[in-house]
Amino acid sequence: MSASVLFDAPGPKARRRYALLGVIGGVVFAAIMALVVWKLATKDQFASAKWKPFAEWSTWHSYILPGLRGTLVAAAIAIVIALVLGVLLAMLRLLSVPTGNSPKAIGLRAVTWIATAWVELTRAIPVLLMMLFIFGVLSANGHGSGNGPLIATVAGLSFYNSSVICEVIRGGVGQLPKGQSEAGRSIGLTEGQTVRQILLPQAITAMLPSLISQVIVVLKDTALGYNVLYGELLYNSKPATSLNGNIFAMLVVIAAIYIAINYAISKLATWVEHRLQARGRTTGPAAPDGDPAGPTNAPGVATGQAV
Amino acid sequence: MSSLFSDYHIWTALWATVRLTIYSAIGSLVLGTIVATLRLSPIGILRFVGTSYVNIFRNTPLTLIILSCSFVLYIQLGITLANSSDPKFADVNGFRLAVVGMTVYHATYVCEALRSGFNTIPLGQAEAARSIGLTFGQTMREVILPQAFRGAVVPLGNTLIALTKNTTVAVTIGVYELSAVLKTVTERDPGLLNLSFLVVGVIFVILTLPMGVAIGRLGNRVAVKR
Repeated sequence: MSASVLFDAPGPKARRRYALLGVIGGVVFAAIMALVVWKLATKDQFASAKWKPFAEWSTWHSYILPGLRGTLVAAAIAIVIALVLGVLLAMLRLLSVPTGNSPKAIGLRAVTWIATAWVELTRAIPVLLMMLFIFGVLSANGHGSGNGPLIATVAGLSFYNSSVICEVIRGGVGQLPKGQSEAGRSIGLTEGQTVRQILLPQAITAMLPSLISQVIVVLKDTALGYNVLYGELLYNSKPATSLNGNIFAMLVVIAAIYIAINYAISKLATWVEHRLQARGRTTGPAAPDGDPAGPTNAPGVATGQAV
Repeated sequence: MSSLFSDYHIWTALWATVRLTIYSAIGSLVLGTIVATLRLSPIGILRFVGTSYVNIFRNTPLTLIILSCSFVLYIQLGITLANSSDPKFADVNGFRLAVVGMTVYHATYVCEALRSGFNTIPLGQAEAARSIGLTFGQTMREVILPQAFRGAVVPLGNTLIALTKNTTVAVTIGVYELSAVLKTVTERDPGLLNLSFLVVGVIFVILTLPMGVAIGRLGNRVAVKR
């Protein structure tokens, strides 16, 4: 697609040149790979003793699979909390700020202000920092073991992602035609009803690809739990390598697991996006996978991707 | 407060975070541009290499990549990035390995940001340029690249913000940057925890919020109106 913006359809001469460049590029790439493999081989990284543990059930049973479970559990809880919190925050930030001095108006203003501050702060502070802080507080109160690491990991992930999801949804509402909210108000719905029944369902559907891509971010970020001693994939599997010194092999296996899961989810996001486009449900291309984001997108939409 | 700054060397940590950000940003801009060139090239095998690079490193957690830099590159393969007779060898080496890991990971985001810049250009722009007789070089210089760079400003900026925050992951291999302060305080003096989180958190807000505002402004100013 982009290649056609850059390059015209090649003629016979250009095709020959491409073929030549392809061969040169292939050789250079093969040489680099060979160098890496040779370097690994001279350091004995392909010795059968280092890879054999992965053919044994005990390695999977006691280290990798419990770790995978830890990763999936933390990611699942964090996604649910972040989604609920994110939708709530989006609702608060979508309502127009009430004026006046009635206690209700002042209260609503305060809540909206808190929601805005929450979104800006949790997006600006690194996830790992939040995890370390929560873990620090928990361990100072004697919860350093047990569920402490899980709570710290999940809390850090869900705080950060709640504000990312809030901004994704807000971006989705911003892309809806203005007539949607006007139509809602003119048939007599209150502002809250318009947001809940008209805007949010459409925005969430339109932003589904971005929301699915956010799942990848959450899954990857569970690895941050390593630093707060949470038994995710890395933390749980590393002890298995102390005997054979096969940390390279282990990291390759873990990376392969992550890549397989995340690649599948990113394909799902692309598939959903195509389906939505076929049904005409998007107002513009959502940006899950480096697809056209467009400079006019709401600022929050793109922020969520690059973490 | 004063003990936080004197005993836990917040300024040193902040300086490490800033240097980590700058070096990794430059590194990933260079590597990311190379990968983007591969992905956008008309040659199948180069596109395959670029796409594979992005798919592999974008789907791997940064923590795993940075751990690999220390445990595989350094400990297993014996690759050092500093003079081993240097008394500060461990610190310098760890810092540089972290830069390598950050660069490898964020290059994929730079690549995708640049690519999305190209993807926003309607096909008609290139067709129009060719049909009025511009050569390939002229088409690139006058029509495609200016629009592509403008479209890439916001995603590149967002990558820079994410990179700044992701420097905290370097604590995984013991680099003394800002999140290491929090980790050390947790271990040694939990009483200082709230204060240190406040200080380090405020530093990150000061680092990233202006970046976000500047990127939004710049993005609006250079946006291609279509």
